[in-house]
Order: sequence, then structure tokens, then C-alpha cells
Amino acid sequence: MNLPDLAELAVRNLRESLLRNSLTTIGISVGVASLVAMLSLGIGLQQLASRRLMKSGLFDTVVVTSRRDLRNFSREEERNGPAPAESRILDEPTRREIEHLPNVLEAYPDIRFITELRYEDKPHLTTIAALPASAKSNDAFEGVQGRFFSSDMAPEAILQKAFAEELLGKTPKPGLDETNVAELAAPLLGKELMMRYAQREAATPATRAYDNAPASGNESLAGAAYSVVSREQKLKIAGVADLDPESMRGPTRARVFLPLGLAESLHVMQPTDLREISRAASDQPVYSSVNVRVKNPSQVQKVEDAIKKMGFNTFSILDASRSIQQFFKVLDVFLAIFGSLALAVAFIGIVNTLVMAILERRREIGIMKAIGASDGDVKRLFFAEAGAMGILGGISGVALGWALGQVINLGTNIYLQRQSFPPEHFWSVPWWLVLFAVLFSFLVSLAAGLYPAGRAARLDPVQALRYE
Amino acid sequence: MSSTDRSPQSSAPAIGIPAIHAERLCRHYRMGEALIRAVDGVALEVRAGEFVALLGSSGSGKSSVLNLIAGLDRPTSGSVTVHERNLAKLSREELARYRLHTVGMVFQSFNLIASMTLAENVELPMRFAEVDRGKRDSLAREALARVGLLARMNHRPSELSGGEQQRAALARALINRPRLLLADEPTGNLDSRTGTEIMNMVREFNQQLGMTVVMVTHERALAERYAERLVFLADGKLVGDESNSTVTANTGSDHAGSDGERL
Repeated sequence: MNLPDLAELAVRNLRESLLRNSLTTIGISVGVASLVAMLSLGIGLQQLASRRLMKSGLFDTVVVTSRRDLRNFSREEERNGPAPAESRILDEPTRREIEHLPNVLEAYPDIRFITELRYEDKPHLTTIAALPASAKSNDAFEGVQGRFFSSDMAPEAILQKAFAEELLGKTPKPGLDETNVAELAAPLLGKELMMRYAQREAATPATRAYDNAPASGNESLAGAAYSVVSREQKLKIAGVADLDPESMRGPTRARVFLPLGLAESLHVMQPTDLREISRAASDQPVYSSVNVRVKNPSQVQKVEDAIKKMGFNTFSILDASRSIQQFFKVLDVFLAIFGSLALAVAFIGIVNTLVMAILERRREIGIMKAIGASDGDVKRLFFAEAGAMGILGGISGVALGWALGQVINLGTNIYLQRQSFPPEHFWSVPWWLVLFAVLFSFLVSLAAGLYPAGRAARLDPVQALRYE
Repeated sequence: MSSTDRSPQSSAPAIGIPAIHAERLCRHYRMGEALIRAVDGVALEVRAGEFVALLGSSGSGKSSVLNLIAGLDRPTSGSVTVHERNLAKLSREELARYRLHTVGMVFQSFNLIASMTLAENVELPMRFAEVDRGKRDSLAREALARVGLLARMNHRPSELSGGEQQRAALARALINRPRLLLADEPTGNLDSRTGTEIMNMVREFNQQLGMTVVMVTHERALAERYAERLVFLADGKLVGDESNSTVTANTGSDHAGSDGERL
């Protein structure tokens, strides 16, 4: 029998005992629904986590420091590679070199310093950090009130919520911080801050007149000099960010942010400047650390290795993300197993239904054999019935699972909203899961049809015809 | 399928050559401790185009012989050869193909599939033979027209009388153009009038299409009226084999009508 005929006869037979076959199909669809629900929960949670992690900038960032920077120096690093004193300086050409490595999105210097900001003539001491333009997409700035910097050189600042509270003279309440950022931002946006900072200026030959060094001292570091000049810079408050300054977010661990271009142009005296003799007199910017953003967390290791080969120290939280991925793999397997349990019950349901159908249709099988149906024809017919139930159950199961997911998603978001968290989409049914679920249901049903179909095919026609 | 399977007409002129040849045919069943010899050393030869009646009381083994000829059952020993094919040596698959193309069967209880319409019942063997849909439709109509049921082709068997059901079963038996028509008490569930109607059709197939007919019955009168040859069975053994001269004398085109009146 050819396939269209098989399908036609199978569907006709399924319709003949509609109630029983519908119940079996519902059983399959519940099984598939639970599988789909479990797996899409797993996938959704994983996507949510990796979306959050990706945006946090934690997992695609490599922090590069010079070996000359003796802080955070591990023994292992000491053994491998050049000695600190012989290693390369992390300066502008090096930064550009790193930026041109494959898979690197950008490499920007980590500029942060502690200084004084005046607001309405009251001084406030705080840490200031520079942000590259790409930080706009960082989820730390998702809830920013106002806007992001208008340009990389704009004399603008974004404040942390806590600092905004300080400027307004509010003290944060203990416990859950529920201050409305919009309320905080309203009186501050567009106002001016006065930043006082220490600018490092390489000494000009004229100012070096008092040096004992020879005239060619430009090339010699001995006797190099720089001066520190106190400067002021007006800043407009562009935005207030709703984030926790204590949270572990590399570049965002500061209370006030400036655009990177502006911060670089200021040549602010950095704490490391005092230690680094070589950079003191250099006209080229030298950085204590450079943040490298990689295209994809999976390429972090490669980029790290490449930078290490250049003779720098690197740091990333790659290992943490690896174990998180592993956790989700295990979670997926567990969810799939639980989801499959319902399908296993459905499997038994199919076997039962088809065995019952054989008993009921014994005579019919006998007739078909008497008029020329082969064992294979009978077997394929039962297979087709099992398969049809599988496909129908699979499709309705995916729909049911999807609907179930939507309901749970909705319910959870209502709960999240009551707890004043933003809604999340942690339920994902990718197209491959739909295909996989229908196919899986089809295959499971065929497997369930294996025994009944074999039994029907082996039926002795003489006996079957005698059966009333 | 081969074209020879589909054209029994071509075998019609070959009347006289053996269509069925059974030798020392045995079919034994084990029922608990007892061994039942349903068929016990039957030797039988049926010529192509012959109309043979297998007669005997119930339990005489006549249906078992028919099932062996039909390829529904396999002999315990001995052989049954149909058109030079030894059925005992065929595989299950080959036997199914043999049933599909060489044999048409009608039963006492009609054996139509209740969930299908007449047209679907009649075309079912062609589905197994993988005949394509358009051809199937026209052949099924043709067969139903032949038994006078074209108007009822979309009815289910339960909506029809017994005689109509048996006519549909005949149409189904005919559909793959088999050489052999095997009938197991075809009139057993019918009143005598409809029984005659059916028997006339069977004879028509025998005479016009040249089909070899083997009919199982326990009604001697019926057998004498239609069969050319009467074979008697008792306890699984062949106990008599006589040719029926009365029937050969009155075969004719006017026969169908006069038979109906005589009852």
C-alpha cells in the first residue's frame, strides 16, 4: 500500500473509534506539552541568564594590565613570560594593537580616579569612571533616567542613584531601596556640576631649565619631570542611572561617569602615575589597565591567549560563565527527563489503544488478509495509525505547551510586578524545539506501535475470520 | 502486478488444463490433547474454468480445503498447487500476493468492512495492489455496475440487505480479475430467492469470465443446480467425486431468469 492510501485508511480508522483515539491523542499531547514546557523553561531561563550576563559586560570583557603593574601579580604569571621590568608598556599603540586582534570589538582604557565634585557649592568626594560609547547598550544603563552622553567628548556626567541621593541631601533608607529614580532625576537633570581634578602635564623643556640633566635629556628618563596642575571642568548632568554601585560590574563600579573621550583629554593624574616612572614623562597616554570587549563570550579564551602572548596580564570571568552554561545543560537534561515521563505514560497509552484496536478489528484484519493484504500492509497500517496519533498529539502538544508557557510567563510576571521587578521573558519556544517535539512524538508513537503492529501482522487470517 | 493476473479472460480458452492440483493434502490441528485431522490426505484436481462444489456436513473439512486452496492456511503435509505454484512453498509475502491477484473470495457472512462504503470495500484489494486512484475508481464503479449496485456505492454495508452485501462482496472478489473464485457457503445467510440471484452471478463469472469456481456448500440441491462437478468430503477425506451432467445440459443465457422462476 502506498503512503497516501495508508494515511487515508489510518485517519479513517482513527475516526471510527473517535473517543478512544482522541483520549490517546490527548495523552500524547499532554506528554509533549510537558516536555515542551519543561524544555522551553530551561531554554528560556538560559537565554535570560546569558542575555543578562552578556549585557552586563562581565563575560565578554577581558581586563588587560601591564606586567609592570605589580598589583594582582600571581606566581604563575611571574614564572611565565617576561619579567615585569622587561615587559611592555600598556600605552596607546598597544591598545590599538589589541583592538586589531581578531574577534575584538573594542579596547578602551580604564580611567577612574577619585576627586571632588561641587554641586550647589557643596563639595562631594567620589570615584569617577570613564565609559565608552558602547556602554550605552550595557544593561547597567537600561533604566537610565535622562539620556546617555550626547557625544564621546561632551562635558556631561551620568550619576549613580546613590550619588544623586547624596547630592540632594537624602539619606538612603535601610533595607529595600525603593527610591524612584525618576523622582531623583527630575531636579538634577540638566544641572551643572563642577569637577576639580589634578591634571598631569609633561614638563616642557622650558620648565625643565632647572634640571641638572644634559640637554639631550628628552631621551633619557632620568630627570624626567611632569607637573600636576589643578583644573576645573564644568559637567552637565545628563542622566541618573538606577544601579547598585556595589554590584560587581567591572567598568560601572563608580558613582559618576564621564564620556571616555572627555576623560582621556583631561589627562587626569592617576594614582598609578606616581609608581610608574617611565610613563610620567611620556607624551603618549599610558594606561594602567585596558578593557577589551570581545564579540562573543566563546572567543574570550582565544583573545586572552593572544593578549598574553603580547606580554600582558589578563583577567576575565570566563570560567564562571562556563560553569553556568554547564549548570544549564544539566538543568535541561533534568527538565527533559521530567517532561519525558509524561510522554512515557502516553507511550503506554498508545500501546494499549492499538492492542485494543487489534482485538476489536481482528475480523477486519482477517478480511484484509483474505482479500490480499500482506503482513507488511497490515503492519504499516497500524504503524500509520500510531504515527498519525503521534503527529496529531505532537502538534496539539506543542500548542498546549506553548499556551501553558504563556500562562506561566504571565503569572510570573504579575508576581514579579507586585514585587516591583521588571517583567522578564523567561519562556522561549524556539522553532527547532517545535520540530523536535513533533518529530519526537512521532517517533515515540511509532515505537509504541511496534508491538501492536507486529502482532496484528502475525494474526492468522483463518482464526481472525472465525472470530465474531 | 502482471497483466496475466488481471485478465482471466485470457485463460478462458485454456479450459481443461489443471488449475488446482492437491496431493495427499493434510491439515491437522492440535486442540488440547486431541489431534484433529481437518483435512486428511485429500487428492483433488480442478481444471481451469470448472465449477466445482465441495459438499459435506459441518466438520467434514470442506472449508479447511477451501482455505488451503485460498492460501489462507498452509497444509500440515502434502501439496496444493494452483496454476503451477505450490502454495506450501510460498513465503508469507508471496502467499499474500497470490491471494491478492489469483484468488477472489466470498464468504457466508459477506465479510465487508463495516466502516467503509461499498465503493471503498470494493476498491480495497486494489489499494493493496497499489493501483492508482483514478483507475481504482473507474474499476470499482465498473464492478459495482456489474452486480447492479452502482446506485448504492456510497452506502455502508449495514445499510444494505444481505443479498446486496453479498453482491458487493462478489464485486470485490472480482476487482483484481482473479482466475479463481472461492466461495464458502455464499448463500448460507440468504433466503433462497437472493441466494439464486447470487448463484446466477457466480455462474455468470464462471461462464463469461472463465473463472474457475470452487464453492463450499452443504446444500446438495444448490450444488446440483449450478456445479459441473460435485466433490464429497467426510471427516477430512474425499469420499465421492461425480460430474453433474444435469447442469451442463441446462447452461444457457436464458438460465438466470428461468432459475429464479423455478424457486
